Amino acid sequence: MPAATSATSAAAAAPVALGQTIATHGTNQGVSACVSCHGTAGQGNAAAGFPRLAGLSVAYLVGQLDAFASGQRQNPIMQPFAKALTPRERIAVAAYFSQLPAPVAVPPINDAAIEPTDAGAWLANRGRWLAGLPACAQCHGPGGIGVGAAFPPLSGQPTAYIAGQLHAFQAGTRPPGPLGLMHMVAGKLSEADITAVSTYYGGLGHPVTTQANVHGGGQ
Amino acid sequence: MKRTHSLLSASLLGLLLAIGGLSGANAAGPAPVQFTPPPESAMPKGEFGKSVKLGEQIFLHTGTLAGQFVGNSLNCASCHLDAGRRPNSSPLWAAYISYPAYRSKNGHVNTFAERMQGCFRFSMNGKAPPLGDPVLVALESYAYWLSTGAPVGGPVAGRGYPKLSAPALTPSYARGSEVFAQHCALCHGPDGQGQSSGGKVVFPPLWGARSFNWGAGMHSIQNAANFIKANMPLGLGGSLTDQQAWDVATFMDSHERPQDPRFTGSVEATRLKYHDSKYSMYGRTVNGHVLGSE
Repeated sequence: MPAATSATSAAAAAPVALGQTIATHGTNQGVSACVSCHGTAGQGNAAAGFPRLAGLSVAYLVGQLDAFASGQRQNPIMQPFAKALTPRERIAVAAYFSQLPAPVAVPPINDAAIEPTDAGAWLANRGRWLAGLPACAQCHGPGGIGVGAAFPPLSGQPTAYIAGQLHAFQAGTRPPGPLGLMHMVAGKLSEADITAVSTYYGGLGHPVTTQANVHGGGQ
Repeated sequence: MKRTHSLLSASLLGLLLAIGGLSGANAAGPAPVQFTPPPESAMPKGEFGKSVKLGEQIFLHTGTLAGQFVGNSLNCASCHLDAGRRPNSSPLWAAYISYPAYRSKNGHVNTFAERMQGCFRFSMNGKAPPLGDPVLVALESYAYWLSTGAPVGGPVAGRGYPKLSAPALTPSYARGSEVFAQHCALCHGPDGQGQSSGGKVVFPPLWGARSFNWGAGMHSIQNAANFIKANMPLGLGGSLTDQQAWDVATFMDSHERPQDPRFTGSVEATRLKYHDSKYSMYGRTVNGHVLGSE
């Protein structure tokens, strides 16, 4: 484990190392260790609704930290922490969590077996195009495993977190997403839809068993 | 009035339109009938139902379930949104009731099955399934079921893509590239090659070796502009201006893609024979490259 000083000087070459230090020990500026809420493997906390960070793209994570810091994304816990991080520290901590392996494995989705009466699974995989609503999977990928840098994974996120974010997109307490897509999508969801689809993704996949020692380095 | 129409059954609407015709309000012919396909929950069971379901699944996962006939990374549903159900996105139910029909593209009367063979040969850059092949039978079963209650041979609202009128400004590759960067690259990538996840193509490639070929309808700038205006970006259809749709369609269709399978051996001759249109960039030179020459 590198000391904070050497990690700082090595940050330009190895932002992951600085990010790991912040994630596991916090900073002298009052930022708590990220892992105390988000889990030692960045897997999140389903009971508390704290999101998974492991395996999300650097661009997405930095974007969220910047939005917390500017107040565009509102959250009483995260806003002060994000403000207390320098831009370089935000990039470093994003880089650290980004390279951690995804905490869940999602088996292939057989959408032939999904019935229209299964509201969450149907919305997730087929959408509701009569209302102009695309399926979640059309942007977030099969099983909600995420696509590229801009579309984060939904599988492996706590049900309460997904529901909370859909409400935030509706209310405008987080930015509407690229092209305003998530504001549009969330605006077409009822309370029952939000419950159904967040429950679907919250329950998708199974935990990857080897979570030990995943924060043991910048590999 | 239009909103009311959509709530009426097709037969009642037909009666109203007939009355309208008698009063001389529709001298040009019957107005298009509004149609909504049956809900997925009404999909039939039994042996026929299995074929309908298989057709729906082939439509959604074409490369996986009909890979022997597919030569690129597209699915039917890439351009026919909502599994072929969505109006103004070339819905299957509007196509099904419109065949057999004469097509100038091949100079004879085509059955619906032959029309779908064309999709595989051009849009899917693959091989036409033989008539009677289970893939075609399943797709036709699905299209037939979606068309339940639709007026065979009559005009139906939502067929194809709504045709854009000519653009105010001559479409521009340069403006199109800016539209692409702002509205399309998020999903299709800055290089237009789409994005995959978990081994599945999520956003289709718009040009290049894994996209539709030079014989596909989407290579026509008019068709592409129509589709883009009505349906892109996904979930935000109608948000681009007509000019933006023309410009970005021009940009998309000014890139190299797989050869037209009807290639005669000469780009110039192939252009004259099949692409003699201001809406086709085939054979034109863009950025120093003759499109169709590789």
